[in-house]
Amino acid sequence: MSYIPLEEHLPGITGLLEYSRETAEPIRELTQILMRGPSTLSEGERELIATVVSSGNGCVFCTTAHTAATNTYYDDPSLCEMAKKDIDSTPLDEKMKALLHVARLTGMGGKQVSTEAIDRAKKHGATDLEIHDTVLIAALFCLYNRYVDGLATHLPKDASYYQELADRLNKNGYVRIPEAYEQLKQKKTKPNS
Amino acid sequence: MAHISVSPDVPGIRSLALFRPETGKPLYELAQVLLRRPSTLSAAERELIAAYVSSLNRCKFCSDSHTAAARSLFGNEGQLVSEVLENMETAKISSKVKALLRIAEKVQQSGRAVAPEDIELARKEGATDQELHDTVLIAATFCMFNRYVDGLATWTPTNPKMYAEMGERLATKGYVLNQKS
Repeated sequence: MSYIPLEEHLPGITGLLEYSRETAEPIRELTQILMRGPSTLSEGERELIATVVSSGNGCVFCTTAHTAATNTYYDDPSLCEMAKKDIDSTPLDEKMKALLHVARLTGMGGKQVSTEAIDRAKKHGATDLEIHDTVLIAALFCLYNRYVDGLATHLPKDASYYQELADRLNKNGYVRIPEAYEQLKQKKTKPNS
Repeated sequence: MAHISVSPDVPGIRSLALFRPETGKPLYELAQVLLRRPSTLSAAERELIAAYVSSLNRCKFCSDSHTAAARSLFGNEGQLVSEVLENMETAKISSKVKALLRIAEKVQQSGRAVAPEDIELARKEGATDQELHDTVLIAATFCMFNRYVDGLATWTPTNPKMYAEMGERLATKGYVLNQKS
């Protein structure tokens, strides 16, 4: 049971973003810019960064949700599984591997990001903006992971929830869609509507 | 030297907000709403949580600037801030704030480290749902800021006077971008 009263039909982060709409607004805006805004990193690559960091932090909700989101962009779901376990074993390009290492180090602590890790990314063509966004995405997911687990939010009852969420994140990104929440509520309170 | 080309004479988070204003805007807005909106936790108490978490993450820029902000906001009780940073358990702060700082400390380690007993203890000292929520989110937010600032190796001034000025500005003006630094 979550540590504060959250709506039962909204698992993980979704309940928190509805509980505190005033703080959710800038968090959503930041996430939308970083994950879906114009970038030389693809949306799939950015979801992969979010997944690797959430997995490093052991946050089940975020890891499962962003694994599903990542897999809406890649044909082979084993890629994401490999990235979570061993970045260098993946068939990703060298730049992406180096950026994933930067993300993982950021997850461990800001000071863990070494000049060597940054140089490796730059050597393989990473731009300053790509490095910036990688570090900020990783840092942002350290926020999400702690927020979600620190208040003991609950996991979805039905695992198919993650697929629905992933499709929504792929299609609509991270902006708040009031209808999505209303539909869920109606499902719960008015089963015949 | 910073890992990316930011203005070399602008410190910490400010240099990053100038590098990428699109992300700087919601980041400053988040800090403003979390640390300054009307709340049963004072702005000083919330700055104290921010300073405490930043100090545990060993982020000197965030720790020293939010320590200065908290000190300024506590007014003639400003010494409380150093007391907390030196030894939170013996500091002369309320039992409720102490219980909330313990939760913040757990969040700094990992979200999963927060135990039902930590929450219960805070509730026993009078903490509300909103205060528990805000404590966890402030701690989580500073785990982000600290990683962002240090992960990109931004300039960390060593002159204490600079932090005193930053603290004063944060205490009086809050988190606004595009002002002269």
